[in-house]
Amino acid sequence: MEIYLYIALFAPLVGSLFAGLFGASPKTVITGIVTSGLLFTSFISSAILLSFVMSGHTVHVEMMTWMAAGDLYIPFGFVVDQVSVTMMMVVSIVSTVVHIYSIGYMDHDKGFNRFFSYLSAFVFSMMVLVMSDNFLGLFIGWEGVGLCSWLLIGFWYHKESATWAANEAFIMNRIADLAMLIGIFMMYWSLGSLQYDVVFANIGNIPVEVVTWIGIFLFIGAMGKSAQFPLHTWLADAMEGPTPVSALIHAATMVTAGVYLVVRANPIYDLIPEVGLFIASLGAFVAMFAATMALVNRDMKRIIAYSTLSQLGYMFVAAGLGAYWVALFHLMAHAFFKALLFLGAGNVMHAMHDELDPFKMGGLKKSMKWTWILMTLASVALAGIYPLAGFFSKDLILEVAFVEQHYILYTVLLLTAGLTAFYSFRLVALIFHGNERHLEHGIHPHEAYNFVLFAMAPLGILAVIAGMAFKTPYYEMVTQLLPAIEYHIHNHTVFWIMTIGTQLFVILAIAYAYKKYAKAVKVDEKVESGFFYQLLYNQYFIPKIYDEVFSKPYLKLSKLAWKEIDLKIVDATVDGIANVIYRTGEKTHTMQDGNLSSMLRWMVIGLVVLLVLAVAFTAGYNVVNLRAM
Amino acid sequence: MELTLNHYLVLSTILFAIGLIGVMRRKNLLMLFFATEILLNAVNIGFAAISHYRGDYTGQMFAFFIIAIAASEVAVGLGLLIVWYKRTGKIDLDQMTSMRG
Repeated sequence: MEIYLYIALFAPLVGSLFAGLFGASPKTVITGIVTSGLLFTSFISSAILLSFVMSGHTVHVEMMTWMAAGDLYIPFGFVVDQVSVTMMMVVSIVSTVVHIYSIGYMDHDKGFNRFFSYLSAFVFSMMVLVMSDNFLGLFIGWEGVGLCSWLLIGFWYHKESATWAANEAFIMNRIADLAMLIGIFMMYWSLGSLQYDVVFANIGNIPVEVVTWIGIFLFIGAMGKSAQFPLHTWLADAMEGPTPVSALIHAATMVTAGVYLVVRANPIYDLIPEVGLFIASLGAFVAMFAATMALVNRDMKRIIAYSTLSQLGYMFVAAGLGAYWVALFHLMAHAFFKALLFLGAGNVMHAMHDELDPFKMGGLKKSMKWTWILMTLASVALAGIYPLAGFFSKDLILEVAFVEQHYILYTVLLLTAGLTAFYSFRLVALIFHGNERHLEHGIHPHEAYNFVLFAMAPLGILAVIAGMAFKTPYYEMVTQLLPAIEYHIHNHTVFWIMTIGTQLFVILAIAYAYKKYAKAVKVDEKVESGFFYQLLYNQYFIPKIYDEVFSKPYLKLSKLAWKEIDLKIVDATVDGIANVIYRTGEKTHTMQDGNLSSMLRWMVIGLVVLLVLAVAFTAGYNVVNLRAM
Repeated sequence: MELTLNHYLVLSTILFAIGLIGVMRRKNLLMLFFATEILLNAVNIGFAAISHYRGDYTGQMFAFFIIAIAASEVAVGLGLLIVWYKRTGKIDLDQMTSMRG
């Protein structure tokens, strides 16, 4: 089985290096085909490993020693167990689809080969992240995906906004990664190992305060990667990158790494339920907070990005309340339908010549039938309508909150479910229904390539069946590793009222969205100039606050350091030393007048000086030595 | 009055000072060579005297070396001086400024 592990892990790397060879040359379709083929290989290997893990085994290999110094021993070890194999399947399926999709999407782009090199490198880093058997390997993968995310957000580096967004994402993640690193150091300090099995076996033997701090620091790292408040602003700005990147990295895989970390570290978080409750509360807050911003936004991709943020909040609620398998299940289902939604949005963007404002679209269901069907499916799955994926995974989180008797969290999540349905179908209605507003702008939409639609089909199927078909076998598999807690509402009346009530609530929200946006779009001036609309439209003014509180003072400080400290102190000192030497040379070069006689005179002066020094030194030396005697 | 080491050393110092002043003051290249010879021989006197009084012949050996070196130096120097005189017709130090920095 080890060979499949290595294939699953290294096939993307091989693809990345292969595409990298052609990085500087113009578009060659072969790079896209080879990387997609290698990812499909990786997917097949993951599937074989999945069937192996399903039968109750795990694979654990130690490829080689990485660091060994004194008591420190960290190997390049990889583990395929119930949790990592789930992530491997999600990553390999979505990335294969996204790679094939990108062959169509990046068709006319100059950086075609470079794009595939970065994208495959990302998949490799993500595989390292999920397959590592120790925290440091996870951290390397963590940084690797961060780097690839930076490369891909700033893929169109000639755009000022893209480079800005890339740097923002990178810097925000760096802040969080520092905390994560501190957490890892503390873990090593108190336990002497970073291997998962050793750490989890001994975590109960150290003081609970230390465990609390480790949990907090690791979660701060997860907050950065998963864009939780207050480090959330980068995710919406990351939409500057190409749409397949948003689908793969900023919806399906990388941003869920934070959830994966909490799930992976579940023995740590089991010991500190207070931190878990904080995680859940923050998750619920972010779910609501992001959903409200998505309500009014006018940028198609940002709406979906906020939706991702909101769903990540749901996952953290589940993980924080100890329902780790539920979090992982929603992570999986969400990856499928959210990637599908993004890829559909990519098709729309192409058809609309990169127009992102859904208010300028409309009526696209005629010309883009298949995209319409796929995006509607994804939105229904996201809204959580029976029997699609979201119903099983998202409503399960609501049940978890209810069963664990956190009624406030439950209420927040329920309201958010309504908001989710509303903004999802607001988007669908604006894009695909109503009159064709884009005709005024002289755009004639066309459907995407057939193979692109065909590549999206597996995600469409998974968005439909993932919940219904996978829930039971998944539960049986993953609970061999994660705590097996079934969340059932035992009172039948309450259960049915809740389920049907939630469904009705969501359907009403969808209907309202359709009623408001599907026919003609009326802009309500009074609402739009209102305080709440402006508050939401400006993202609670948080980007502005960050700009004022952090960026601008930092800029001032930097300018101060540059003009006052660097120029006036550091540079002045260095220049001063050079100037002294230069001026000395200027003054003394007259000595070298070429006249032998004056040179001899200088020589005599030098001799006298040396003699005086020698005598003075000898005398001084004698005086000191005699005293000492 | 008996001659002591100090007498020789004083003589050596006086000669050395005369040579040094000659080196500094003289503008004629030939005179410069004379002054240099005085300097070297002042040191020779010192070496020979100290060697005699200490009963150690190393100093006298040094003196012989210095005499040999001084002779070869003068031979080379005078050769150069003659070439210089043939070219310029002068042996004035102040004229030699091609090494001006």
